[in-house]
Amino acid sequence: MQKVFERPKSLNEKPFHYCPGCGHGIVHRMLAEAIDELGLHDRTVLISPVGCSVFAYWYFNTDNVQAAHGRAPAVGTGLKRANPDSIVISYQGDGDLASSGTAEIIHAAARGENFTVIFINNAIYGMTGGQMAPTTLVGQTSSTSPYGRDPKFAGHPLHVSELLATLKAPRYIERTSLNNVVNLTRTKRAIKKALDLQQKGEGFTFVEVLAMCPTNWGVDPSEAVDWMESSLMPEYPIGVFRDARPGEAKS
Amino acid sequence: MITISEDRCKGCSLCVRVCPTHVIEMGKHLNAKGFYPAVYTGGKCTACKACGLICPDICIEIFK
Amino acid sequence: MMKVLMKGNEALSEAAIRSGATLYFGYPITPQNEVGEYMSRRLPTIPGGAYIQAETEVAAINMVYGAVSTGRRALTTSSSPGVSLMMEGISYLAGAELPAVIVNIMRGGPGLGNINPEQADYFQAVKGGGHGSYRLTVLSPSSVQEMADLVVLAFDLADKYRNPVMVIADGNLGQMMEPVELAESYPNDHDRSSWALTGAKGRENHTITSIFLEADEMEAHVHHLYAKYAEIEKAEVRYEEYMTEDADVVLVAYGIVSRVVRTAVEQLREQGIKAGMVRPITLWPFPKAVLQELAQRARFFLSCEMSMGQMVEDVMLAVNGQRPVYFYGRCGGHVPTPAEIVAEVKKRV
Repeated sequence: MQKVFERPKSLNEKPFHYCPGCGHGIVHRMLAEAIDELGLHDRTVLISPVGCSVFAYWYFNTDNVQAAHGRAPAVGTGLKRANPDSIVISYQGDGDLASSGTAEIIHAAARGENFTVIFINNAIYGMTGGQMAPTTLVGQTSSTSPYGRDPKFAGHPLHVSELLATLKAPRYIERTSLNNVVNLTRTKRAIKKALDLQQKGEGFTFVEVLAMCPTNWGVDPSEAVDWMESSLMPEYPIGVFRDARPGEAKS
Repeated sequence: MITISEDRCKGCSLCVRVCPTHVIEMGKHLNAKGFYPAVYTGGKCTACKACGLICPDICIEIFK
Repeated sequence: MMKVLMKGNEALSEAAIRSGATLYFGYPITPQNEVGEYMSRRLPTIPGGAYIQAETEVAAINMVYGAVSTGRRALTTSSSPGVSLMMEGISYLAGAELPAVIVNIMRGGPGLGNINPEQADYFQAVKGGGHGSYRLTVLSPSSVQEMADLVVLAFDLADKYRNPVMVIADGNLGQMMEPVELAESYPNDHDRSSWALTGAKGRENHTITSIFLEADEMEAHVHHLYAKYAEIEKAEVRYEEYMTEDADVVLVAYGIVSRVVRTAVEQLREQGIKAGMVRPITLWPFPKAVLQELAQRARFFLSCEMSMGQMVEDVMLAVNGQRPVYFYGRCGGHVPTPAEIVAEVKKRV
């Protein structure tokens, strides 16, 4: 008998603090596997955001820096411009990236900064207790949309992959999901591709992962995956939105 | 076959959901954290790794 | 060494570059735009250099945060409203113990104010501005030569104590031209190997963060920060005295106002009034000891500022009720004239 699956080396042994069924743990593991498989551990700097994953640095034994809410793409710009040989990964949630940090993500993408952003989209705010996010669906309840998100007061959700795809500079933009084995595999492949493109100096890479938040969606983990399939994935179609150098064929 | 770390398991049951041969079930006892952990029944595991792919807490090691 | 006629904004830029700060992140705002423009010309010609025009000052200070995390030197500059935007980032830099230099070329406020010089950001620089328990070392130049020299000192002090340093200069100093002597290069050899994010190859990984959830941890951390600040207060106070040996009246002024006060002191002396000046060069740590000492002999103190009175409160704290402390100031861009200051002193004599 041979071991064919185990904890990746870039993660230490500390148990995750995330809720049962949370998508963060899954993506942390995939990211660490990709770092290991590409041999990037010694060059990696991981940026932890503000959100449930503020303590992502507890788990990754790469160099780490914690950033202010939304600022990670600016911090990443500084890191990468200071040390172009490093592999810079910005790991952000939907409050961090799509609310507080909308300026930072758009401009880092527009400048074509050569680092990778992993965007965890679970359509809600986790750490602060389940408030509406810019990605919350119309009609979805949250602690600050108790009657369901009402477009009259809260507008419509942001589709970040599509927004960034209107920019010329980004090299690779893909949205994936964690709902089944096929999409879990796609997610891992996308993360690894993004890091590989970064190490080749190809430019700005962005992977948006639709993830579960059972606690703040108010359902159990398996129901959370059901809801992801029935509601989240129709709103946020998975797929590749850009896989080309600036100015070359669209995707 | 697989091993599931009982102490790390938070009882999310996503592994049960994705296992194609249904060789994982939720235990009826509580672990130290107060969750009902997933348990490998010992049945015909094909090492497809679906459970490992989805486990959010890296509880599972898989052997072929 | 040759003297070159330079604008204050350009002198500070060249001094930063020669201190090894070949990374600049900033956003245009008057009256410091010459810095960004100068950096955009110089830095692309230097290997490893980069000029990034950030989308906002919020982004710029966070780019600095990332860059200095790697152990490299980086500079950002702004003017009053933009510095307000940087306050979150400055608090993070202080909490995470990162060396960084921020320059504020001060303009009129509050709000959009105007583009004329003022000195109304003293509170912002010296008393916080950002949230939480931290102090910044704050340096105040009064000449174009000092714009260069104090930026060099700022980088050194930032590295020495792993704490951000702010240089505040009014808009006059940014714009005026005076002869400057600059060395070919300045030392940049602090050992950052225990914390810099250079990739965890062959060593324990480094983590840079400012969050400490446990109360004990957080308290221990701020105590550690304040132990550093106590060292800075002991070792890094800098000021200049002018004719204070026998002064009855002690004027306190910094930046461009100190140059006007110097003339006022001379005019007062000609009129038989024994005036003298203390010019703080470090606004934090504030030169308390010299003011306490002078309070034994002087009759009163007059703080002269281009504001409604901010440094005057620190003068009062230092003098500690021993002597009266008065204030004279102008706002909106008006620079006090020697005649105004002489008149104010004579009112009180």
